[in-house]
Amino acid sequence: MANKLISEIPLPKSIANVFAARNISTAKDALSLTEFELMELLDVGLTEVRSALSQISEIIAPPYQTALSLMEQRFQNEHLGGHFPTGLKGLDATLCGGIPFGVLTELVGPAGIGKTQFCLKLSLLASLPANYGGLDGRVIYFDVESKFSSTRLLEMGLRSFPEIFQMKEMAQEMAGRILVLRPTSLSEFTQHLQQIKVSLLQNQVKMLVIDSMTALVSGEHEQGSHKQQTLSWHISFIKSLAELSRIPVVVTNQVRSHNQNEAPHYSFQVQSRDATIETPSRYGSHLVAALGIHWAHAVTTRLVLEAKSGQRFIKVAKSPISPPLAFPFHISSLGILLLSDEGMELMGPEINSIHCQGHNEIINFGMESLD
Amino acid sequence: MEIWRLPISASQRGKLISAGYTSLSSLSSISSSDLSRELKVSESEALDILKLASHSRGLEISSASCSVVEGAQNAWDMLHDEESLMHITTSSADLDNILSGGIHCKEVTEIGGVPGIGKTQLGIQIAVNVQIPHDFGGLGGKAIYIDTEGSFMVERAFQIAEACIEDMSEYNRFLRKDFQACEIRMHPKDILENIFYFRVCSYTEQIALINYLDKFISEHKDVKVVVVDSVTFHFRQDFDDMALRTRVLSGMALKLMKLAKKFSLAVVLLNQVTTKHTEGSFQLALALGDSWSHTCTSRIVLYWNGNERYAYIDKSPSLRSASAAYSVTARGIRNSSSSCKRIKMM
Repeated sequence: MANKLISEIPLPKSIANVFAARNISTAKDALSLTEFELMELLDVGLTEVRSALSQISEIIAPPYQTALSLMEQRFQNEHLGGHFPTGLKGLDATLCGGIPFGVLTELVGPAGIGKTQFCLKLSLLASLPANYGGLDGRVIYFDVESKFSSTRLLEMGLRSFPEIFQMKEMAQEMAGRILVLRPTSLSEFTQHLQQIKVSLLQNQVKMLVIDSMTALVSGEHEQGSHKQQTLSWHISFIKSLAELSRIPVVVTNQVRSHNQNEAPHYSFQVQSRDATIETPSRYGSHLVAALGIHWAHAVTTRLVLEAKSGQRFIKVAKSPISPPLAFPFHISSLGILLLSDEGMELMGPEINSIHCQGHNEIINFGMESLD
Repeated sequence: MEIWRLPISASQRGKLISAGYTSLSSLSSISSSDLSRELKVSESEALDILKLASHSRGLEISSASCSVVEGAQNAWDMLHDEESLMHITTSSADLDNILSGGIHCKEVTEIGGVPGIGKTQLGIQIAVNVQIPHDFGGLGGKAIYIDTEGSFMVERAFQIAEACIEDMSEYNRFLRKDFQACEIRMHPKDILENIFYFRVCSYTEQIALINYLDKFISEHKDVKVVVVDSVTFHFRQDFDDMALRTRVLSGMALKLMKLAKKFSLAVVLLNQVTTKHTEGSFQLALALGDSWSHTCTSRIVLYWNGNERYAYIDKSPSLRSASAAYSVTARGIRNSSSSCKRIKMM
């Protein structure tokens, strides 16, 4: 919409010619300048500039919808009103049905906690037909760190849905719907994204998984702010992809260590340091999500996977429709299973913290039970 | 050189100056045919220039006769206006308290905070609360919700609308013991129908939409709040020219301020945070830079203090700097439930 040509907008001939003569060909160029700049550039009076701008703005401005019609549209056209059930009852109930369509859902946690396992299970579920709770479509899986294991995927399928996966043709059909891409660089990833945008709907792609976003960005040797710029473009692009096609997009993120003393505060907080409550010091939890604060703003739902005192938890850290609940889980041959569908409500910023205590024992235990 | 002030094109101005007309009074006694001959322009153009000149002059002359400065309002009259200002409640009494009533109409209020603190929640709550009918102390208006990030969830708006109606019925039952009149006949769907939702996908669309709002609101006169969630998102990327970004943002802020004053509505802008390296440490600050900080009338920062969510009035022409606790519940924004809530004056 922004790149609409001025020539396509019905403006009075005289001013349209002036725009063309001064090389202002798209609406974006015209709207990026202030009224006075345009007056100087085009050499026309204020009234003409104002009327031209208001005509351009009216055409470029997006149409409106009442929130009611938005809701009705979603409930009529989409599976469960726009949610993809994960099969984990407690989590689905909290998320009002499941992973929301059209927005970014992030899985963040320390290494080995189960993010890739969760992604595999979700891909499997998405490929299943609707009567099994699936989206009956293709899944595009960006496997940046080469962690995708078809064996594990089929094992999960066999254990969870034996009636489908025992038949070889059905198993082949389902597994065939999951398309794995292994971009080796950020630019390759960008190319793939652009290709996908064009063919998403025709090819019945119903879910996008990126595992992991951090690996893509950290692989690049960019300096500080330039790195931020490239990521911004991708964030915007992936969000618009999700929205236009109304599919769930799941992205995994890693963690990095964080100096407790460095916790940033606002300038007014610094002044009244003694008046603020001291956040209880946490032992062994110097981890924060990677990719920074701009990314944290961009994701709509953030699920934190962590390990605390030997138990794994999946926490709904950021979600517009859910309370801050934590569910204990473990990983079995069927994939991720919740140990309790009643989540524990966590107060305050505790929901955002990422713990990694007693984790090493869990990994070994897990490996044993899988054999 | 008063000619500079006339809203005419550069070439017309150039011609006037080279013909020797530098002040407005020099244009007072010439006819349009003489002017068109001197400037070598068409008669209609000359007539337009003279009209503009006399209009600007007319303002100056009449001001001498009626008031000291044209268009000014004295402070006593403004006091009456300010006192009769309507507010939009935030559904948290503590928060309304420090805001002395709620979100002010005729003003641009900026609300910023870290991800997950509840900015969108507050935005949706305000879009619902503006619809509270006059009988319950509300504005009975409609809302415009401009979504730049896709964070508006309809299901949540429905939940909040439902809770708002329940609260109104509760209030009704509590105060009006006779049960007659003012039966709540509102349904959450009616509330959703009065929220005009716009989804903006680029900064061009954002600018175009804000330009278009003037016309839209003239056609929908009962809109009483415009929520932009968030104003930052599209301006944080692909802007290589920072000076241009500042100009565009201030242009946008001015238009929003004009809208607020013209239609007596409230404008709420939600902003993100960024980390700034000042005084040797990293501090949190609202995004979009220092010049943007000057453009909004009031600024509220939402932050975590211990386990509680707090709102702090960072900047306001009439309110004291204070902070109050609030919470985000299944019913929307409400007072914080902790027993030792305190409103801290700074």
